[in-house]
Amino acid sequence: MAAQKMSLSKAINASLRTALDNDPKVLIMGEDVGKLGGVFRVTDGLQKDFGEDRVIDTPLAESGIVGTAIGLALRGYRPVVEIQFDGFVFPAYDQIVTQLAKMHARSLGKVKMPVVIRIPYGGGIGAVEHHSESPEALFAHVAGLKVISPSNASDAYWMLQQAIGSDDPVIYFEPKRRYHDKGEVDTSAIPGPLHAARVVRPGTDLTLAAYGPMVKVALDAAAAAAEEGKSLEVVDLRSMSPIDFDTVQQSVERTGRLVVVHEAPVFLGTGSEIAARITERCFYHLQAPVLRVGGYHAPYPPSRLEDEYLPDLDRVLDAVDRALAY
Amino acid sequence: MTVESTAARKPRRSGAKRSTSARSTKKQSAEPELVQLLTPEGERVEHPDYAIDPTPDELRGLYRDMVLTRRFDAEATTLQRQGELGLWASLLGQEAAQIGSGRALHDDDYVFPTYREHGVAWCRGVDPTNLLGMFRGVNHGGWDPNSNNFHLYTIVIGSQTLHATGYAMGVAKDGADSAVLAYFGDGASSQGDVAESFTYSAVYNAPVVFFCQNNQWAISEPTEKQTRVPLYQRAQGYGFPGVRVDGNDVLACLAVTKAALERARTGQGPMLVEAFTYRMGAHTTSDDPTRYRSSEERELWETKDPILRLRTLLTNEKLADDAFFDALEQESDALAKRVREAVRSMPDPDDMALFEHTYADGHALVDEERAQFAAYQASFETAEEGI
Repeated sequence: MAAQKMSLSKAINASLRTALDNDPKVLIMGEDVGKLGGVFRVTDGLQKDFGEDRVIDTPLAESGIVGTAIGLALRGYRPVVEIQFDGFVFPAYDQIVTQLAKMHARSLGKVKMPVVIRIPYGGGIGAVEHHSESPEALFAHVAGLKVISPSNASDAYWMLQQAIGSDDPVIYFEPKRRYHDKGEVDTSAIPGPLHAARVVRPGTDLTLAAYGPMVKVALDAAAAAAEEGKSLEVVDLRSMSPIDFDTVQQSVERTGRLVVVHEAPVFLGTGSEIAARITERCFYHLQAPVLRVGGYHAPYPPSRLEDEYLPDLDRVLDAVDRALAY
Repeated sequence: MTVESTAARKPRRSGAKRSTSARSTKKQSAEPELVQLLTPEGERVEHPDYAIDPTPDELRGLYRDMVLTRRFDAEATTLQRQGELGLWASLLGQEAAQIGSGRALHDDDYVFPTYREHGVAWCRGVDPTNLLGMFRGVNHGGWDPNSNNFHLYTIVIGSQTLHATGYAMGVAKDGADSAVLAYFGDGASSQGDVAESFTYSAVYNAPVVFFCQNNQWAISEPTEKQTRVPLYQRAQGYGFPGVRVDGNDVLACLAVTKAALERARTGQGPMLVEAFTYRMGAHTTSDDPTRYRSSEERELWETKDPILRLRTLLTNEKLADDAFFDALEQESDALAKRVREAVRSMPDPDDMALFEHTYADGHALVDEERAQFAAYQASFETAEEGI
């Protein structure tokens, strides 16, 4: 099959379709995922083609979605569940943390938990409260979970394929504000390792590390910086658990400077962990402290204020300037 | 009444509704009636909906199960007192509820226990010594749930009811004619997960039976702190039948659970069984019930002992003689001895087990930390060699 241009949300839809086709044990579960095709239409048409038995509209109870998915996994199924919005995952947080993440260890490896939890996340869409959050660090902190986020259509397709194929529970964060961004997807390609970061723009003066919706912001910032004669390398982290520190390290050893960008609050966020690890690994290569650009330690604001809360090109370049000033 | 006739009933016309609610409405202020087939005095009584005609062998078998379970449980409590276990959650008093329901299962049915279902584990053929690893602190469970269709103990209250429901949804998808038995307690009945499991199982008509052991106490909180209505009545609001059974009557627990499981197996959906029983011991070995409940209450429940009443029946009906009881006592002692020896010889896990099984497919951070930990441990050996 040749590469096709499709939006990120269509790529997820295509990936779910492929998984349903390839493995009768794959199930789609969530609120409104059936006839409606999900509130973002990511599961559009799947129930029509695969039936209510495999594309399941669930009661409006998130703990129940994940709890029953665990039971279905114990029965040999591979549930791919959707949490409608980032801020609605918390009723399921107990099941995810105390059960899903720990079942494999609790059973000394006798029970596998091939469950994927899809969560549209992040802001920038002018939504009401609880619809714009980035809770990935709350999951990356939990041993037993894997946490990933694609930034483009091709990764959206392939990372979901790999997540569904994994015998570990995977939290798959979908950058909802990039749902309509189009990109080439080659469904016959051979994907790289799921948890590997990727250098998406080479540079020499500073490394920008980002994931999900912030990769585009980082790339835009690098393009703007280039006009000012600054060469920024952009790394798409792709995975927040595990984090591919090796790729970041190799980049920082070349550039000597690192700025990490995410929408989530910086305090104890993914960037904090990267800053600590990279400082430890690259102490003698660093020309400046690792800087973080992200959300503030405040509830996600009303949408009229979200542009002030979310990292944008200017805030990224401000951090770049500060790092380069050392 | 036979199991078959229960199975043939439409879900709407529930056994519970006819057998208990209908009668109990006549005297609403009193405690609702419970299904009882063996009185505390050891007399067999009949119930129109739940007939059972166990053979002498089966009766002796149930008695043996309860006696051995109680002996094992007592031994575990002793082992905790002697420092061999870090904690023990005793099932004392709940033997009939667990053996009755446990013996109602078919081999291909699946069980989701709390952390107190030692009697059910026994019925499933899980070696009792396997239950003790988590209480000794050498693992968090570790038995293979699929070997005996007996899931790992779940400590977070109520979580397993959703796992049971999901598993039952899978059973239905597979077109299998087996059922799932989910255990929980009166305290768990307040948990959202239990409410959600009722909703999901009803909506999907999942073949799951919810077996609530109402032992009257959630650590220090009496059932009145959990509910204003008898727990079995909760089922009605979800659209499936609920029934209260004498939880200290092994025959009633067996008959009712059998009927409920058969109902589930034949596509009639979930059912709630409330086994009305009593936690004779502490919540766990860390608990002190004298701070919150009276000894009179316990003494009252002692007169309803599940084992004693079956012994009375066996003796009065001349279904068991002294030789039987003596042999069983010896078997109990042998079991206790085996358990004691197994626990004492249970090795601590290897240090590196800390990192094992966190993930099925591996994880770079775990690999890195494992290597760091190994190097750190090895540094002491190197240092010692250097001296």
